[in-house]
Formats: sequence, C-alpha cells, structure tokens
Amino acid sequence: MVSRVTDDYEAMVTAGCEAVCEPAFWAGFDRSGVQGFYDYFSQLTDYEPKRAAKFSLPHFSWLCINSKESEDTMLAEEVLSIIPYFLERPNVLGIGEIGLNKNTRNELKILEKHIELAAKHDQLILVHTPHLEDKLKGTRLILDAIRNDPRIKPERVIIDHVEEHTVEMVLEGGFWAGITLYPESKATPARAIDMVENCKAHNIWLNCACDWGISKPLAVPHTAIEMRRRGHSPEAIDQLIYGNPLKFLSQTPRFKLG
Amino acid sequence: MQRQQLLDLYFMDARSKVIDLAAFLDRLDRGEGEPDFRLAALRKALGELSREGPSRAKNVLLSLSDPTAEPIARSPGKGAVGAWPGEAK
Repeated sequence: MVSRVTDDYEAMVTAGCEAVCEPAFWAGFDRSGVQGFYDYFSQLTDYEPKRAAKFSLPHFSWLCINSKESEDTMLAEEVLSIIPYFLERPNVLGIGEIGLNKNTRNELKILEKHIELAAKHDQLILVHTPHLEDKLKGTRLILDAIRNDPRIKPERVIIDHVEEHTVEMVLEGGFWAGITLYPESKATPARAIDMVENCKAHNIWLNCACDWGISKPLAVPHTAIEMRRRGHSPEAIDQLIYGNPLKFLSQTPRFKLG
Repeated sequence: MQRQQLLDLYFMDARSKVIDLAAFLDRLDRGEGEPDFRLAALRKALGELSREGPSRAKNVLLSLSDPTAEPIARSPGKGAVGAWPGEAK
C-alpha cells in the first residue's frame, strides 16, 4: 500500500488479514510521463511486496493506467505498451483498476484498450466505477464495453465500488460486485451489509480503501464486527470477507496464500 | 432482524445524522448569496426519504445521478461534486 505507513500493515496482520491486493490507481497528481508509471509499476511489483513481507503479509497488485489519467490518450497508449512487461511478475493478479472517471470518450477508448489487453493476455479484470453523480452512467458504459468483447467472461471481472443503485445491474450481468468501504463516500459498513442481505448473491466481496485520502485499512474487519452485531453466523461472515475473495482471486494461478 | 433490534442498533446514529442535516440546512439559510444546483439536488433527494418502499437509498442515489447515456466530449476536471448539474450548456 504505497500511500500507507507500516503501522497499517501491522494493524492489518493483527486483525487477521491474510493478504493485501493493491490496484494501480491515481497518485493524487498526474504523472509527468510514462517513466513515472514504469517506476510505479516497479514499486507495486517489486518493492511493495518486500515491504509487506516484513509483516508476513502477502502482497498482490493489479496494473493499468487509471481513468483519471486516461484523458491524455497519448500518455495512456505509452503506459499500455509497458504493462505486458510487468504482467509476468509473480504478484500481478490482472488488469486494474480500469474504468471511467468522468465518462468521457477518451476514457472509454482507453478502457476498451485495457479490455483488449486483458483478453489478449487472459487476465482477470478489476474495474473502478466512477464517483458520486457519475457512477450510474459510468457503470452502464463500463458493462457495455466489457460485454462488447466476447472473449471476456463476466465471472473473471469484478466491478468495484458498487452502491445501491448499481449493484443489481452488476450482479445480473454475471459479474462479481465489490463493495468499497469508505468513511465518507461509497459505502459504510451498515449499508454494505444491507446490500449483501438484499442481494443474497454469492459473488460479492468487501474491500477497504487504503489510499492517500481519508480511508480506513481495517474497514473490512470492522464490518465483520458489524455483521456479528446483526446476528450473522461466523460461517457467513467468513464466507463474505474471506471465502468470496479467495474464490474470485483463485482464478489466477498467481494468487497463492501460505 | 426484529425492528426493535434495528432501532436499538441504529436509532442514535440515524438521529444524529438527521440533526446534522437539519443544522446544515439552517446554516445554509443563514448564509448569503445564491446557492448552486447542489442545494436543489439535496432537497429533491430528501423528498425520497418520505416515500414508502424498500428502495430509499437507491432512489436517493438515482436522484443525484447523471441520467444521460452518452460519453461526454472531454473531462471538465477530475473530481465529482455529488450531484448532477444538468446538461452542459
């Protein structure tokens, strides 16, 4: 978790986390060129796994150019060209978190190229759906773009940051749905459990943001406590917060624990 | 769960959020100048709370969302503000 301090790794291990899966994302500022992404991908696939290993925490990563920097299509094309070099690294789970930010034509063009890259290299896909007012439209555009490539199997794609107005369309499409826990946006533990209870689906997982903004690395274990308060069984809690991610991620041979 | 159990678990949290929201609207009343589209969007979303049915959270989110279908020509910036301002003029 390139934006977090080692105390976070220690707290996650103490709370029982078995692995950390870190998607390539926006750094809070635009990189000045492709070399910045080369260094970032090196950090995600080389240095950061070593840092996490000091806390006995296996570290995995997803690679892409995030949608906030995809508006610059020339830069995005350059970044796309270096991703295959990193795909063979042992901790790489697939292409992600790709998606849309403001739902522009350029973002959509680069999303389609990421989908092509994933199909060509038979990679899992992690999708970032847009924030706030842009999420509904963006989720629809993203699902259409993925469906347009028949090589992509929905069960190998997780659509992240779903909320009450997008979760159904994602699950109905056969995709996995990720609910991201954030203190201020996306979903709270209570709302996340509401969605899980309402959908009764087996292809949902929870994740917590661990980025440079206000976020909470222990949000998943805190949600497990909330589930216990609501009377969910230990088996149901374990299935949601551990079994489901394990099932999805085990579709790539690179995801190995222990 | 029983409704009584849910009230025991979540009433104080919901009460606190309702009061915060009321205080926010009072604060806006005391402010000066014209508000932008977000206040009207918030009032519209609040209307969803008094409707019957099991989809209030979904309907609040829908009321704040961009309902259009086509990708836009270029990004107006990186961030989102939480409510849709309407079609760009």
